[in-house]
Amino acid sequence: MASGVNRQPFGLRLLTYGFIIVWLIAAAFPFLWTFWGSFKVELDFFSIADWTNAIFGRRTEMTYGTPFTMAGYEGAWIQGEFWRSVINTGIVCFFVVCSSLTIGTLGGYALSRSGYRYTFWLLIIALIFRAMPPITLVSGYMLPFFEWNVWGILPTTIIVLVAINQPFTLWMLHSFFQNIPKELDESARVDGCTQFQAFRHVIVPVMWPGVITTGLFSFLLAYNDFAVTSMLLSEENRTMVPAIAAFLGSTYNEGQIMFAVAAVVSATVPLFFLVMFFQRQIVAGLTQGAVKG
Amino acid sequence: MLLFIAAPIVSVVLQSLHTPHGAVLVEVETCTPLSGCILETTIDQEATRELREAEPLGQLVGLDIYLDRGHLALAEVSEAWRKSDGLDEFWTSLRNLPFYRAMAFTLTFTFIVTPLMVILGLVIAFSVNSLHRHLKGLVIFFSLLPFTVTPLIGSLILFWMIDSRGILGDALVYLVGDPSFSLKASTGLMWVSLVVYGVWHAAPFAFVVFYAGLQTLPMEQIEAARIDGATRWQQVRYVVVPHLMPLVTFVALIQLMDNFRVFEPIVGFNAEAHATSLSWIIFNDLGGETRQFSAAATSSVLTIIGVTILLSPVLVRTWRDFRDKK
Repeated sequence: MASGVNRQPFGLRLLTYGFIIVWLIAAAFPFLWTFWGSFKVELDFFSIADWTNAIFGRRTEMTYGTPFTMAGYEGAWIQGEFWRSVINTGIVCFFVVCSSLTIGTLGGYALSRSGYRYTFWLLIIALIFRAMPPITLVSGYMLPFFEWNVWGILPTTIIVLVAINQPFTLWMLHSFFQNIPKELDESARVDGCTQFQAFRHVIVPVMWPGVITTGLFSFLLAYNDFAVTSMLLSEENRTMVPAIAAFLGSTYNEGQIMFAVAAVVSATVPLFFLVMFFQRQIVAGLTQGAVKG
Repeated sequence: MLLFIAAPIVSVVLQSLHTPHGAVLVEVETCTPLSGCILETTIDQEATRELREAEPLGQLVGLDIYLDRGHLALAEVSEAWRKSDGLDEFWTSLRNLPFYRAMAFTLTFTFIVTPLMVILGLVIAFSVNSLHRHLKGLVIFFSLLPFTVTPLIGSLILFWMIDSRGILGDALVYLVGDPSFSLKASTGLMWVSLVVYGVWHAAPFAFVVFYAGLQTLPMEQIEAARIDGATRWQQVRYVVVPHLMPLVTFVALIQLMDNFRVFEPIVGFNAEAHATSLSWIIFNDLGGETRQFSAAATSSVLTIIGVTILLSPVLVRTWRDFRDKK
């Protein structure tokens, strides 16, 4: 509402700015605080004596000579073998995104172009599945996995994550493909393409925006998952989030909690950059479903 | 998709109807010359194994697990109903049963967080919309952070801050003036902090959706309203809010589903003692040394039923849309 006629009165404007500032602090301050604190020792991060310790790091200075220490990061990455979880997360995310996009693109395209009644029911079933807590499915997977002796390894977890992710991917790409006019591939068919050729040469070039957005959300799901990965992966195959939870399990050892803090910060940094570079796509993805519904 | 999601659900239902086999017991009489004969009961390892291999799912027990103390607990509920004098007492005894305890928290969480977060999202969207163009991008960037961050990580970050030694906890101690004050100690306060986390985490989603809705506002209608002498408040009340209404229902429904499966914050906040949710019960049953598959499966089935009930309005509406389109 930038039009001059609709200028806000001064009081309302002040209120708006005040509110925005409060919200920004609420949204960003916890991250800044934890980031800053991750370079301190535990006695500073959880300061009983004086909260300014956490800012200036007095005890950290006493222990290490400087107010900043990488001790937490060293402990987490080397002693706690967090690098292993980072690699695992990388593998899991990569394969989950690739396979769910492949299935989702083909499936979403097929569903959006077929006029049969069953497509509707497929989508409805997908919606119900999307609403189900992943953990309910995990309990169904676990016993068979134990019996086939495939529990605890990465490939099975990837399959489960893809399966859980699929309804969402399908919905999103389905609505995306529906916005691509049918005439486009119909004209390709008229020119003598087979259905697959039409997809390959006409749809593929224009589908990237939707695919990237969907891929981002699949990535977030795989990256953020805790219920599935913590249940289905053995200790040496853990991804980042269950690894952090495991650091907490042994909190009572001195300094371990700083490992967890450092690990949390390390796991948040990629997300930070993700939001920075793909803000537009994330916003588009969040609103896409809404505008339709 | 059908294979990988429908199959586990079938497996869950099957598991929920079974219970692990008990060990097969045999009575063996061992006689020694001096002390006479003793009748001993031992586990017949071989028979047990055979039985387990023959039916890996375990005994079929029907709906027994659904009705036991850990789940619906019908016997306990009816007993409590008979014994207690007033509703209050009935609720108290109900709260001691794990399933109802989890249900109470899950429902409270769902129905408090969802409206609060819709309101907060609306207010943020209105405020951001009136900001200068260059500031908007920055504000949206920071607003998205709580939403994209891993739920477990987000809740941990907040949890460390409200720890009585963390900065917010410290501030609260100072405000209350009681050095032993701790959010973790009381159930009510723990619930409040979980709700605060829930709103913090979900508000950006609502904000982004509403903000997108505000971009498509019908300017002609607003202008017409202004010409008719509507005040700013009336414009918002009669033009903007009705325009956003479909979005509000959309966000509310999505969030109902998401909040119903609240799980990570409970782990992150270490709040098991004060608040449990259905998802947490399943997680707890599955983990640990004794993996109680049947118990977990039963809770899963109950959760699925709960989700379906919550979802039914959406399903009906989608179906109607589809039918009208035909």
